[in-house]
Amino acid sequence: MDTITAFFAGQSLALLWGLGGVLAFLTLAVAVTALLPMIKPAGDFTNLRQRISSWWVMIALLAGALLMGWQAVTALFVVISFIALREFLSLAPVRREDRLIVLAAFVAMLINYLFIVIDDYGLYRVFIPTYVFLIIPFLMACIGQTRAFLATTATFHWAIVTCVYNLGYIAFLMRTPASEALPAGAAGLVFFLLVATEANDVAQYVWGKLFGRRKIVPKVSPNKTWEGFLGGWLTTGLLIWFVGPVFTPLSGIGLAVLAIFLPVAGFAGDVTMSAIKRDIGVKDTSALIPGHGGLLDRADSLTFTAPLYFHILAYFALGRF
Amino acid sequence: MLWFRRLVLVLIARPIARIFTGADIVGRERLPLKGPAILVANHASHVDTILMLTLYPSRGLDRVRPAAAADYFLRGGLISWFSNTIIGIVPVARDKAGTGVDVLAPVREALKAGDIVLIFPEGTRGDGEAMSDLKSGVARLAADVPEAPVIPIWLQGAGRVLPKGGFVPVPMNCTVLVGEPLHWQGDRAAFMTELRDRLEDLHAKAPPQRWA
Repeated sequence: MDTITAFFAGQSLALLWGLGGVLAFLTLAVAVTALLPMIKPAGDFTNLRQRISSWWVMIALLAGALLMGWQAVTALFVVISFIALREFLSLAPVRREDRLIVLAAFVAMLINYLFIVIDDYGLYRVFIPTYVFLIIPFLMACIGQTRAFLATTATFHWAIVTCVYNLGYIAFLMRTPASEALPAGAAGLVFFLLVATEANDVAQYVWGKLFGRRKIVPKVSPNKTWEGFLGGWLTTGLLIWFVGPVFTPLSGIGLAVLAIFLPVAGFAGDVTMSAIKRDIGVKDTSALIPGHGGLLDRADSLTFTAPLYFHILAYFALGRF
Repeated sequence: MLWFRRLVLVLIARPIARIFTGADIVGRERLPLKGPAILVANHASHVDTILMLTLYPSRGLDRVRPAAAADYFLRGGLISWFSNTIIGIVPVARDKAGTGVDVLAPVREALKAGDIVLIFPEGTRGDGEAMSDLKSGVARLAADVPEAPVIPIWLQGAGRVLPKGGFVPVPMNCTVLVGEPLHWQGDRAAFMTELRDRLEDLHAKAPPQRWA
């Protein structure tokens, strides 16, 4: 009991309140789904219920890791990157000869996370964008299949940068030293990125459902509307502006930049991954998360918001990066 | 030793298979929990068998037995022990086919004893793309044990995890698609055509987890 009390006493109060807020929000969602059949008896809410049940699991995993520290968050993101990369490379056009290149991509993933473990940001920053970028095509050339060579190198780069390099930034945020002026610790930084990104997804969806009329990218995502995009932008922008200072050291211009650009990045990630899925001819990247689809379906906006969030923090507030 | 088999399959093989393949399954509720039943699947990799065993609902797992080539899987030593104890194969002496020996006798007996037998009617592992010709032994079994439903299953992507001749398994998503059961109607050619059509239907519905 004492160890449990000590564990929670050691956490940032803002983070605990934040997690409590998320749980309260989720409980509210459960209550709403319990009431919905009374309002609309004919409706089928199975998918909505599945979605919310899956949220409990996802939030439990992320919250547990955040409370335990950078080691747990890094381990969790190794698993997340691994699954995302596996989903991506299993669906994207990869040639029979590239089987061992797929394995090389997983090795690159492990090395990428090793740089987080040894806390070497300099190596992290250049390893994938420069060296994996060069080595993968070279290995492909050694294997010798030149049909669709250039297109396949692009497939590998896209997979590795989005699923590994960009998502890895989230784990690297946990390495922000305690000497920085952080209102809710390093875990607070990660927590707020996840909340802002997912809130943006949900807000866009809700605004679109309620007021959506004008399609925004009909050829890629026919369900997305200008009303959903703008409503989500406004909602998330306000959330960042008012709640951001509780969890991040940003203020003034830095905070404004985050409020303006993070919702756009989330939207961009969603739409760009949709274009890739449409090209491949699938709706979901797997059936891993009941009600949501694959891991990449859930993390699509995060692959765009994570590096942006990291860089805005690094530029405006963090001395470490 | 059934408890040992269940232990290994559920606690060790299942997590490994999930990590390597994602192990998505469509139509899991169509997998029979009681025998006799015949599961018919395409074949590209040893992963096919592992995937079926690790995805199978635990309640029916003790009864599931893959029919496998005796010349390959019972060549002695560790592989024989593994094939018998963990995989639980029903041996088929495919090298004796056509010599007058009833090579399907052990499978028939297993079915009559209430087992769920997994059969790869292509006879061997293919390249994971097109299905080769189906051997008609499966029709003979369906005729001999007409009370056994025949469940067509398409295994997508396993040939990429570990292709024939490959040594290093590579993590890639796989999907198992379970179709509606079919029953023996008395005509071998019609049965084989129907079975092939059902498998091709499932193939068409599979996600594009294939080489470009």
